[in-house]
Amino acid sequence: MAVRLEFLRGVAYFRGLDEAALAVIRPFVYEKKAGRGDIILFEGEPAEALYFVVAGVVKVYKTSTDGKEQIFRITRPGESFNDVPVGTDGVNLFSAEAMGPVTLNAVNKSDLARLLKEYPALAANVIGVLSQRVRQLLALVEDFSFRRVTGRVAKVLLEHAGDGTGERPRLTQQEMAAMIGTAREMVGRSLKNLEEEGIIRLERNRIIIADTAALRRQAGLER
Amino acid sequence: MGMETMRDMPVIDRDKCQGCGLCVSVCACGALVLVEGIVTAVAVDECRWCTLCELVCPNNAITCPFEIVFESGQDTA
Repeated sequence: MAVRLEFLRGVAYFRGLDEAALAVIRPFVYEKKAGRGDIILFEGEPAEALYFVVAGVVKVYKTSTDGKEQIFRITRPGESFNDVPVGTDGVNLFSAEAMGPVTLNAVNKSDLARLLKEYPALAANVIGVLSQRVRQLLALVEDFSFRRVTGRVAKVLLEHAGDGTGERPRLTQQEMAAMIGTAREMVGRSLKNLEEEGIIRLERNRIIIADTAALRRQAGLER
Repeated sequence: MGMETMRDMPVIDRDKCQGCGLCVSVCACGALVLVEGIVTAVAVDECRWCTLCELVCPNNAITCPFEIVFESGQDTA
């Protein structure tokens, strides 16, 4: 399927551009498809293109040397990824994976640089998008630096644990995140950490506290 | 057992669901389908509670709540 002008009009990058400008830009945009689990970008490889999600969902994440994954952003239709490295001579800062069947529109880095010079309105939109990215990343930096998220998740688990008779409310990861003022992705990471340490077990829709004393230590309730 | 199955389903808020289908696209086990523009959970036995549907929903229309329990035989005091 060809790149649709109607889609481009709705993307933050191209907002406010007139029809003549969009007609010039469109030939530089190409379509790409990916299937579930396909890696669209590898962290550390040369940044070649900026991507817009047309359909489906793309997970933007980093992987540590010991294989731990931290999701930075879930990219939905109309949103973009790989915005930062295409503005520099750098490499992909994150990896990106298709979470299901995905249709993307992409612009190569060299073409984007040329279009930015030609259309100041496009450049202004890019500044807006990048400002938003900085805000999102600063929020994560705050979480990593100043908040012991795993400890706070541990506290929530202890406060809401029951004996399995269903008397306690059930909690979603989103609700836990809201309770401790963090992103849902951070709660997911914390639960994985606790599971890897053998403190909890995730069994489908149950979180089983396997080592209460260790969880209390994580929560700062015991030494 | 019927009640047990009901409790194990991801919870769908039909008022919030806009029928965008993102949850269906990420569901690896085919537990979710769109019926008349609203997401519906079917084949729930296959659902492994990966919570990806909850993660990707832009409207918080689908949620996967966890029951939190102490492992039996532990001193929970």
